[in-house]
Amino acid sequence: VSYWFRNDNRLPQERLAAASYVIVGMITLLLLGFWKLQVIDSDKYGVMAERNRVRSIPIIAPRGRMLDRDGRVLVDNYPSFSVLLLRDDLPAVEKNLPAIADGLGLSLDDLNEQLSNTKNLPKFQPIVIKPEASQADVAFIESHRADIPLLEMLMVHRRRYLPSGFLAHASGYVGEVSEQQIEASNGKLRPGDFAGKTGLERQYNDLLVGTDGMRRVIVNSVGKEVGRLSQQEATPGKQIQLTIDYDLQQVAEEALAGRKGAIVALDPRSGEVLAFVSRPAPDPNDFAVRVSKVEWQRLNEDSDRPLLNRVTQAQLAPGSVFKIVIATAMLQEKVPAESFTAFCPGYATFYGRMFKCHVFGKGGHGVVDLHRAIIHSCDVFFYNAGQRMGIDRISKYAKMLGLGSKTGIDLPSEEPGLVPSEEWVQRVYHRKWYPGETISVSIGQGAVTVTPLQLAYMIGGVASGGDFKQPHLLKDAQNVGDSHVELAENTVEKVTQGMYGVVNEGGTGGAVKLQGIEFCGKSGTAQVIGYDARTRFGKGEKKFKDNAWFVGYAPRRNPEIVVSVLVEEGGHGAVASGPIARDIIKAYYDKKTKKGQNQYNVEYQHYDFDKDNANQVAEDPKATQKPEEQAAVVAANGTKKARPE
Amino acid sequence: MKDETGTRDYDWWLLAILAAICTLGVIEIYSATHGSALAGMHMKQVRWLLIGFVLMFVLSRLDYHVIMDQAPWLYIAGLAALMAVLLVGHRRFGAQRWIPILGEFFQVSELVKLIIIIVLARFFSEVRTDELSLQDLIKAGLLVGLPLALILKQPDLGTALVLMPMLVVGAFLAGLQWKHAAAIVLIGVLMLPVGWHFMKPYQKERVTSFLHPEEDAKGSGYQVLQSKIAVGSGGFWGKGFGNGSQNQLGYIPVRYSDFIMSAWAEEQGFKGVLLALGLYMALLLRLVQNAQRAKDRAGMFLVMGVTAALGFHVLVNVAMVIGAMPVTGIPLPLMSYGGSATLFVFLAIGLVMNVRLRRFVN
Repeated sequence: VSYWFRNDNRLPQERLAAASYVIVGMITLLLLGFWKLQVIDSDKYGVMAERNRVRSIPIIAPRGRMLDRDGRVLVDNYPSFSVLLLRDDLPAVEKNLPAIADGLGLSLDDLNEQLSNTKNLPKFQPIVIKPEASQADVAFIESHRADIPLLEMLMVHRRRYLPSGFLAHASGYVGEVSEQQIEASNGKLRPGDFAGKTGLERQYNDLLVGTDGMRRVIVNSVGKEVGRLSQQEATPGKQIQLTIDYDLQQVAEEALAGRKGAIVALDPRSGEVLAFVSRPAPDPNDFAVRVSKVEWQRLNEDSDRPLLNRVTQAQLAPGSVFKIVIATAMLQEKVPAESFTAFCPGYATFYGRMFKCHVFGKGGHGVVDLHRAIIHSCDVFFYNAGQRMGIDRISKYAKMLGLGSKTGIDLPSEEPGLVPSEEWVQRVYHRKWYPGETISVSIGQGAVTVTPLQLAYMIGGVASGGDFKQPHLLKDAQNVGDSHVELAENTVEKVTQGMYGVVNEGGTGGAVKLQGIEFCGKSGTAQVIGYDARTRFGKGEKKFKDNAWFVGYAPRRNPEIVVSVLVEEGGHGAVASGPIARDIIKAYYDKKTKKGQNQYNVEYQHYDFDKDNANQVAEDPKATQKPEEQAAVVAANGTKKARPE
Repeated sequence: MKDETGTRDYDWWLLAILAAICTLGVIEIYSATHGSALAGMHMKQVRWLLIGFVLMFVLSRLDYHVIMDQAPWLYIAGLAALMAVLLVGHRRFGAQRWIPILGEFFQVSELVKLIIIIVLARFFSEVRTDELSLQDLIKAGLLVGLPLALILKQPDLGTALVLMPMLVVGAFLAGLQWKHAAAIVLIGVLMLPVGWHFMKPYQKERVTSFLHPEEDAKGSGYQVLQSKIAVGSGGFWGKGFGNGSQNQLGYIPVRYSDFIMSAWAEEQGFKGVLLALGLYMALLLRLVQNAQRAKDRAGMFLVMGVTAALGFHVLVNVAMVIGAMPVTGIPLPLMSYGGSATLFVFLAIGLVMNVRLRRFVN
């Protein structure tokens, strides 16, 4: 051992003391740092820790289903998964976007566009980037939880409608809410939420939507769910029962298959809509997920206008069905008198212009009174009657009987049609009414337009002795509008006798007679364009074929059912539309008879919802909602009715 | 020279403080890992503590003069070990710092820290002047510079940095002149850009994310943010043992090792931090007191070298946890889990005991 350290005990005590002070100072500074974080800013970091730990996952409430009047499911839900993109961490989103697009089979451009469209929404709101996740998508998300912690799956309920546009225009469809709607909703709506866009889905959206629940879960640092804090169950939307009779609807849908037109069947005693068909119709299932731009454009540009709800929105000339208005006005006002007769040689001349009867060229009706005029739909009689009573009276009665204004059916965007008057031409065209126009209006041509629903409403009201019930589709509708028009007993009797004769006394509807049923009605064959123009364009062209109307009802007085049928470009009303009205009324009575004999079973084999849902649930073990439970309730109802006591 | 020491001469206060800190560490390691795949880690730490304890006693029995006598050889052996690590060492966690001994991986640089403490103590105790001459200062600098360069090469910035306070504290006690100190600071500032140039990309990233944490939400800025959230959300009273969400759910990075103070602060709150930092302050002050009572300059330098190393560890680690310093990978002595680091601390304390045991001997 060498002696390099010998006798050297000069300790720098001052500098050692200084080292002590440095230590105390250092620890004090560190403690101040902790004081700032743990005492001063503690609340802020507490919130951040909570936000780290807790993730709120919405539990989507299923929309209420729609049932027919016997409890059969018309519109249902099925469970499905949506892929959500969490956007809190924008740089990470941008970095991983190509991988996400690739993994989920989405277009990167579309994703980017969606991101920029939603950049104004709060960052903590995830967006739906893929509405219907496949098994492969689920696998992709699960296997990339750690390296792409931006994707989340959300169980949603998708709408399932009956296929091929069954009831499509009445039910309407749902669609994803737009960014504008979300911003305007005050936080109630989230991206990916659905709302009714048309039809009953829109009309009763508030009833149908439930309240979404919320699951607050604890997630660890790689986004894996490790625990559950609380669960607020979703409140499902209310199920609504419709007045629609599935059996009649079925007959109506089939009757109009492949044609353009509309059918509506009402119970005039209550205003309940029993069948509601408008064709062509889109398949709302196509909208239940996400409608592609191309498909949407195609539907909008289709010249057959499949998105038009013809029952409430087609405003067309009523043709001879309008003669019921003239007949009613004539009997009420006694102008011309009830005994008024006209001679029909097949045409008549007014104001120097020839007006043809529909039998023009095949002889004429000869001398006709009101009853025969209705039965044979003699134009010449009504030209004369109309001319005598004048446009003001015609207009007054048309409006009184419900034309020219909305019926108030519980559907959005109903059109009012048009009842022309002197006041109307003055207001709209700033000219005087031409007397010749009255002649055209007298047979339901000219400016007068109606919707199929209005005609059913009108005929039903007149045959019910002036009792008009607001048409509606919701079974237990409250405050159904009710208006009464004072009609003389004689008026109702004569008009309904006329309509009875149309079918049963060899009138225009003679071919659609029904054994044992007081089937009455009025046909109408409405020109789409004037006769003159037609001759110019050449006759046979379908484009200019007449619209065929038939409004039938039974029984003759105080009817139980009235059916309005429109076949666009169908030709003669009694030929094209009459049989459809007849079939529906026959179906109604057949069912009524069977029910009376306890032989009616609520049958429903159109679409097996239960089976389909069972498959869905089996595929997704995570699915917690059980749509088949609800279905079971309906099935039970069905069996109850089916079993004869 | 006689060597008559008894058990009553051990610094029992120092041992008590040490035991208290180790207990906090084991408790928090248990809390941080018991529910995870790393469960059982606290027992491994206890094993390291026991081995360290034994080594400490062994080292305290061997007269520190004898140890310091071998300083040149120790120095050469240290350099050789560092070279060996660079050539054949194990690459773990992206750095070549590890050599396997008896089935465990040891960080050679931890041993080198101990050697540098001894070498510097020997060097400074041979300085006979009251004031440290520039020549001696440069010599001391070179003595530290060589191993420092080798450690940086591994790369292990944290350990390399620990050598600096040993040099600074040693020079200060050896009579560093203020003009030299000022010159060194000036040169250091001027050299910063050069040092930046030689830094590894991940080291640069740590510095930039320290300066601009918001620009790096998922990298080391994210780690520090999560650590701060843990500390801050703990509040004054803490969330309770095993209840820290940041800790238990894995938001705190390496919560059982480098960021254990963050986990402790979250679960035990400011009151727990006060206890832990209070214990560290007591430890360091007790070390300084031991230096003040050393028999000779050699002993004093030895104890202060240890004090400088431990003090620097505590400062840099704890400051990192609260986001006041960049992430450097320096563990918290005696609390962080780790074999080599724990053994280093106990061996260092062994040296301190060694000095204390011999203070009454002539």
